[in-house]
Amino acid sequence: MSLDAPSTNARYGSNAGQPLTRRDGVLKVTGRATYAADNHPDGMLYAVTAVSRIARGRVTSLDVEATKAHPGVVEVMTPASRPPLAHDPDEKMPPFGFRIEVLQDSTVRYANQPIALVIAETLEAATEGAALLNPQYDADEPRTGIDDGLRFDPPAVGVGGPPKAAFGDVEAGLAKAAQVLERDYVTPAQYHNAMEPHAVVAEWDGDHVMLDMPNQALAMSCASYATYFGIPPENVTIRSPFLGGGFGSKAIINGPQILAILAARALKRPVKLVLSRAQMYGPVGHRGGTWQKLRIGLNNDGQLTALHHKSISATSSFDDFLEPAANASTHLYASPALLSEHEGIRLDTGTPGPMRAPGEASGSAALEVAIDEAADACGMDPLDFRLHNYAETEPGSGRPFSSKALRECYAEGAKRFGWAGRPLASRQMRDKNGFLVGWGMGTALFPCPHFPAEARATLRADGTALVETAGADMGQGAWTALAQIAAEALGLDPEQVELHSGISTLPDGGIAGGSGHTASAGLALNNAGKDAIAQLSELATNDPASPLFGAGNIGVEARAGRLYRRDDETRSESYAEILARAGRREIVGTAKASRDPAAAEAHAMFSHGAVFAEVKVDPDLGQIRVTRLVGAFAAGRIINPRLVESQYFGGMIWGVSFALHEEAIIDHRTGRIMNADLAEYHVPINADIPSLEAILIPENDPFVNAIGVKGVGEIGITGTVGAIANAIWHATGVRVRKFPVRLEDIIG
Amino acid sequence: MNRFDFIAPHNISEAVAAAAEPGSAYLAAGTNLLDLMKIGVSRPVRLIDITRLPGLDRIEWQPDGGVRIGAMVRNSDLAYDPRFARTFPAVAEALLSGASAQLRNAATIGGNLMQRTRCAYFQDTASACNRRVPGSGCDALHGENRLHAVVGWSEHCIATHPSDFCVPLAALDAVVELEGPQGKREIPLEDFHRLPGETPEQETALAPAELIVALRLPAEAARFAANARYLKLRERTSYAFAVVSAAAALEINDGVISHARLALGAIAAKPWRAREAEASLAGAEPTLEAFTRAAGFALADARPSGDNAFKIELARRIAVRALILAAEGTPEVMPALPASPFSTTPGASHVA
Amino acid sequence: MSLSISLTINGQPRTIALDDPRVTLLDLLRERLDLTGTKKGCDRGQCGACTVLVDGRRINSCLSLVASLDGADVQTIEGLADGDALHPVQAAFIEADGFQCGYCTPGQIMSAVGLIKEGHASGDPERVRELMSGNICRCGAYQGITEAVLEAQKVMADKKGRNAA
Repeated sequence: MSLDAPSTNARYGSNAGQPLTRRDGVLKVTGRATYAADNHPDGMLYAVTAVSRIARGRVTSLDVEATKAHPGVVEVMTPASRPPLAHDPDEKMPPFGFRIEVLQDSTVRYANQPIALVIAETLEAATEGAALLNPQYDADEPRTGIDDGLRFDPPAVGVGGPPKAAFGDVEAGLAKAAQVLERDYVTPAQYHNAMEPHAVVAEWDGDHVMLDMPNQALAMSCASYATYFGIPPENVTIRSPFLGGGFGSKAIINGPQILAILAARALKRPVKLVLSRAQMYGPVGHRGGTWQKLRIGLNNDGQLTALHHKSISATSSFDDFLEPAANASTHLYASPALLSEHEGIRLDTGTPGPMRAPGEASGSAALEVAIDEAADACGMDPLDFRLHNYAETEPGSGRPFSSKALRECYAEGAKRFGWAGRPLASRQMRDKNGFLVGWGMGTALFPCPHFPAEARATLRADGTALVETAGADMGQGAWTALAQIAAEALGLDPEQVELHSGISTLPDGGIAGGSGHTASAGLALNNAGKDAIAQLSELATNDPASPLFGAGNIGVEARAGRLYRRDDETRSESYAEILARAGRREIVGTAKASRDPAAAEAHAMFSHGAVFAEVKVDPDLGQIRVTRLVGAFAAGRIINPRLVESQYFGGMIWGVSFALHEEAIIDHRTGRIMNADLAEYHVPINADIPSLEAILIPENDPFVNAIGVKGVGEIGITGTVGAIANAIWHATGVRVRKFPVRLEDIIG
Repeated sequence: MNRFDFIAPHNISEAVAAAAEPGSAYLAAGTNLLDLMKIGVSRPVRLIDITRLPGLDRIEWQPDGGVRIGAMVRNSDLAYDPRFARTFPAVAEALLSGASAQLRNAATIGGNLMQRTRCAYFQDTASACNRRVPGSGCDALHGENRLHAVVGWSEHCIATHPSDFCVPLAALDAVVELEGPQGKREIPLEDFHRLPGETPEQETALAPAELIVALRLPAEAARFAANARYLKLRERTSYAFAVVSAAAALEINDGVISHARLALGAIAAKPWRAREAEASLAGAEPTLEAFTRAAGFALADARPSGDNAFKIELARRIAVRALILAAEGTPEVMPALPASPFSTTPGASHVA
Repeated sequence: MSLSISLTINGQPRTIALDDPRVTLLDLLRERLDLTGTKKGCDRGQCGACTVLVDGRRINSCLSLVASLDGADVQTIEGLADGDALHPVQAAFIEADGFQCGYCTPGQIMSAVGLIKEGHASGDPERVRELMSGNICRCGAYQGITEAVLEAQKVMADKKGRNAA
């Protein structure tokens, strides 16, 4: 793409909208960016968890003596010796609270559950100590398959979302349809696998604790940890300047970190715990599997008469997080009747959690394949079919969209990809080397959540600013984009704005999740900056010595470190001059920001996109390569096109991963995941990604928030999975209804 | 990882003497052994570091045109050796299709032969595995086994051998030089790895404390230089173990195959030399029909060990494709994606 | 048993008194020498986050025992820049946005430096992709990584050409 900012994004005198490189770039390329496990306070001990190798039952013995006899081992924490917590770990803590496994008893509820913690002077001793525990079990039959688990009607899906949405009469719509398509789709359990394993370095000072840990929700986590440890929230400090990837798995409280913090308190020494890669397949969340059914009624004009999407979504035996997959169908295509619903199934696994585009990813995978099947059933081009069923207003509710440039996404994406002239039938295209070639597409959609957030903007005597919010940079580029937003509000160049972030002592920056961090923390910074400027204007316009004196009613404009009289550009004064004359060292602007509830009520708010995929398939051997992906996305105002493009790329690669690679393979006899590593749990490698293109479609959204920013972190997965699956069908004639696609599915 | 003694011998005889102590293991680069120690599959009490032994890191060309490769030569050094790559292109291609650049820079030729299976049940110490704990059973047999063996397996073990390198080596009659307490000996690579039978724990023909010191490729293997390929089917484009693979080497004179070699990978506990297939090709013209017939011979005794019947068909097809590619000629330069179907220029369909 | 191991790390000779032969190069750097730029992603040679150069070659430091490295020359991400002047690969990664969370980045960069030194990629993006495939990036910055490697290779070749001229 061109890194020239779309003209609607750049505002006069602002660097917002410009493709600045990352502020944390130098730190990250020199190895000086500090991640949690890089901390090493004096006297630090190493903790390693021992984990269960059965999925259900109880631990009957642990050879604590053997472990303690290993040189270097300091302590072993078991259910018998675990110090008490101030909060029952089986009681959920709202809003994102889960029941956690912290050695409350000897019960095993899933494979890889922590069953002991070994603390030692060295990492080597702690690791071997954990291996020497030699647990014995009383094992019960695990229930990890679709036929084994207990089914139930969930009170909620996702994070407190409605399990069901119904508009119109679906059965009547299906009854009057010219044809009805009924299809089943399966998506597997997937694990976040951020490159940085979950980690904590905990150091107590009396009843204060310092936690170095990757964290997507600082303020919320402080409150939760405080509750578990029976101390006031302000006694918990979390430092999380960088996360080595989160993808949803670092927004929730997990058991292993609690154990390490407990150990640090009990032993009165700092403790570091880093999960092994294998141990990340259990206690730290995952995307639960789904078994989805879609029923689509179609009239003779190729329009939907009804859309019914049901998902059976897996959760654990002891807590609820259900992939809200069916909800993906409620906001996208026009249909007079819509029904999305969920059923839960309890499996002996760790509790699932939000994983990049929770619900949208798996739901969109099924929906977009079903829509492609529907287009094929109608003999229509998949893009024409989607345009034919374009939702001008939110299906069901009829609310207007706050903005929706999806038509432009379709048009630009199709143009760039070269979609025109695509043969309708499958198996029509080959390249010069004989590989089957297929083109497929999918629509991308993701909501625009907005979290309450706070920020502080301090104008300093030298005319520069310090802006602060406890946000988290997990790769989305928060340090850079947030500084750009603040700089715009402050009328400064981003170089003049220092951003402090990533520590819980700063104003609550909200949650870095749901693709809502830039909008949420950004709005707070914008408002804090504006507050500081308002105070500065007040000083200047009331000061007879200022060239701006008396401009109060006319107003002033902040730009390039100066205030200008709105009606007379020749009258201006620098921030430093105003502050100096007022004898002020600084001016502090603050803000607590959230979305305007009236705007939220009146509008449906989503980012949209269209993804086009080309795959090549070896006709004999079945190996697939995604040779080209083009995505066009509209997500409101773009603060930094370079970083946004990277977010889209990342999401699209997750789409490749979902379609072709990721799957936790469970041996249902034992409930153990047999590929809990990065050699066999495949995620794409560099050679899997030969060509990506992301097109940033301009979109002006006056309702979503005052800065016009939607979210870009997750939408790239949605649409992409379907586009690839549909391209595979187009190449081979094989319909993908089970993810990931395997060689044997292709060669038949 | 358990504690162990670390021994750094100065020469081969010191190494062999040290290894005679029970619980000893030779440590080369450690790319496989250290991994297995970390997951508790291997728990040696003594590690004998053989990386510094003199004389094991050389590629020596012999007067007859054969080559002798020291056991401590690194995979990448061999693969990128210009004369080696020119003379034994399928071997170089196989090496470059294995693991990652980093692992190839470290891993040794000898260590590659000693690679243990990637069977998840072998790696999971909570599972029964006759290979790891003789007599404990085989949990792979009725488990998650879609990638397991389809030839040469037994009820006691259905694991496969993961090496790419060993597949063309088997095809080209490589010889392994050993040195042990009883002195020096050599054995064909084809006999080095064992099928499981009733004793899957006996993975190789090595006697206790015996050390691989070198590998030889005979001069006559060079006759295939113009028509040799290694092809590997993976579930991602790179950095993945083979689902199935094939090494094919042909000598074609006046449009007729005079000699043919074919070996398959990832279908058995050893690289699978297909001698009947080779025999069927000798004297034949390099046609799709001949290759299809040969592939049929190669998989004649295949049967699924579980949920993996598709591997038989894939192995048959990759054998055909590898033969087609070999017949088309060794590429002038190493393909950008070594051994990948996507590196081929001609991708003719041979399955109707 | 204590071993004395001599290493040169980022140009500095170090003598390491090793009280435990189990220590890997990765854990030595991170836990004992405070060189935490090198990252642990899998500890099993399956992700590449721990890539460093040993005797000029890129390897996975997680699968390398310190005890067997006596006399080796080790270069880590901390030793790459020349003071404040970034190495061309580092600069190219920033410009091409070849990273997001940054956790795999030191490994990617050391791998890229090794790749360029090996000299097998020429200017072919497909070869770069293949030869960078031992470094997993979960954020999905691969396209930027490939661009960065190609650009850095070009910059370094130009520089070399100029120096030779």
